[in-house]
Amino acid sequence: MTLSKRKKMMGLTGLIMLLAIVLLPMTGYISTGFADTEIKQVEIKVEKTNPRADYWRAVRNNTAGYTAVKGRETGELIQGSGEVWRQLRNGPIATYGSWLIGITLAVLSLFYMWRGRVELIHPRTGKTVERWTLNERRMHWITAGLFIILGITGLSLLYGRMVLIPLFGHNGFSAYAAIAKWVHNILGPVFMVALLSMIVNWFSNNFITKVDIQWFKEFGGMVGDNHPSAEKLNGGEKIWFWSLTTVGMLLCFSGLVLDFPNFDQQREWLQLSHLIHVLTAFVLMSFAFGHIYIGTIGTEGALEGMVTGQVDTAWAKQHHDLWLKKLEDEGKAP
Amino acid sequence: MARMKFLCDSERCIECNACVTACKNENEVPWGINRRRVVTLDDGLQSEKSISVACMHCTDAPCQAVCPVDCFYTTDDGVVLHDKDMCIGCGYCFYACPFGAPQYSQEGAFGARGKMDKCTFCAGGPEEDHSHEELDKYGRNRLAEGKLPLCAEMCSTKSLLAGDGDIVSELFRNRVVRREGRGESWGWETAYND
Ligand code: SF4
Ligand code: SF4
Repeated sequence: MTLSKRKKMMGLTGLIMLLAIVLLPMTGYISTGFADTEIKQVEIKVEKTNPRADYWRAVRNNTAGYTAVKGRETGELIQGSGEVWRQLRNGPIATYGSWLIGITLAVLSLFYMWRGRVELIHPRTGKTVERWTLNERRMHWITAGLFIILGITGLSLLYGRMVLIPLFGHNGFSAYAAIAKWVHNILGPVFMVALLSMIVNWFSNNFITKVDIQWFKEFGGMVGDNHPSAEKLNGGEKIWFWSLTTVGMLLCFSGLVLDFPNFDQQREWLQLSHLIHVLTAFVLMSFAFGHIYIGTIGTEGALEGMVTGQVDTAWAKQHHDLWLKKLEDEGKAP
Repeated sequence: MARMKFLCDSERCIECNACVTACKNENEVPWGINRRRVVTLDDGLQSEKSISVACMHCTDAPCQAVCPVDCFYTTDDGVVLHDKDMCIGCGYCFYACPFGAPQYSQEGAFGARGKMDKCTFCAGGPEEDHSHEELDKYGRNRLAEGKLPLCAEMCSTKSLLAGDGDIVSELFRNRVVRREGRGESWGWETAYND
């Protein structure tokens, strides 16, 4: 850099600095100037609408203000969504939820009276094949046990006041409810882990295929004397799997939102999660009744598979023919 | 019987937080909980207004309606109280309350809720009046001493009024007439229909 160039640079920098010194303090005037126009705008607005009415409208609309009290949503004066939540929970959800459970049980009983147990058509061969490994059975029964405990404790919080307080009195029920809440909150996340492990382990067995479509068309052999083909898992089992994967996960995640209030979730989130949690729980409970029915008194020989792990080949041939055939082809069947 | 109500005159409240402090001290409110709070809207603007809010002791209280163990009761004075021995800390009353009154002491990890705590209108709780247990769990029972809530008693501008709903609204009406203003008894529409 030559000397003359450097002088020019220095001159230029000096000029910029001088300009800055003069102009920067003026930004104060500029901003107050803006503020003035803002106040004028406010005044114009004030003239046009009733300020007090505007103000109270804002308060009703969950607007937050400043408060020295720290905490969750302490700046909010009135929250409106609580009333909606209360009415939904105490009204339609409690009412139709109990209907759903009641109707499901009634339909299953009527179905049993009409159809009776689906018996084995061929006598047992005495030869068995392995249907569920020990780990699969453990997974199933842990998840199932947790589901039942969570269902009972959850329903107690919703219906206990109506059903259990008249039986046990206020203090008795409160003592139980405190334990129920605690158990529910602790076992909820455990259930989620158990459910996830089932989903991961059985994922690949559960893609819906043409065979399943045909199975549905013939009502899975529940109605009439057809015996539609099925792979290791039939269409009904796959639907149960996918409901658990979707509805069940929704149930779990909404439960987590409720279970861990330490993230300062807003009340709107808690209310919404609670509604989702109850609705998904009801859906799964009614499905679970169906699943339990089919797996126990509804079908001869089905429960053995999940208890001992082994099923008779006659049963396998009747209910899961393609699976048995595959086992035979692989030389895994006797 | 009187029907107890709170009313905060937002034209008068100067956000001094004396009510918050008075309540905290008089009732030995647990750490981390404030039964009353002052909210300032449009802070720093021309339209700034402050309101002191706590449990309003609602008619047909929403908290009472959703409590799974049914531990709330309304006294003859219209004060909504609850039994901490029964409360299981489920949080439902907090979801339902329009005024954000119910609060919880944190118990254990992950924000697990302890027993719910809220304003008692200085009326104690289900324990025997003036007993040690009552003071411990719920705070002072000033109503049983023939006094009104301390927050309102200590209010420097007499903005916060507490007492028989008829008397409170009569006082407020006179004020509004004298200052030729418009009456807005904040929160009453939400809390009361008696
Ligand atoms: S203000 Fe909230 S806590 Fe108080 S009575 Fe009303 S709903 Fe219940
Ligand atoms: S937190 Fe306590 S008082 Fe509130 S609804 Fe639950 S059990 Fe009732």
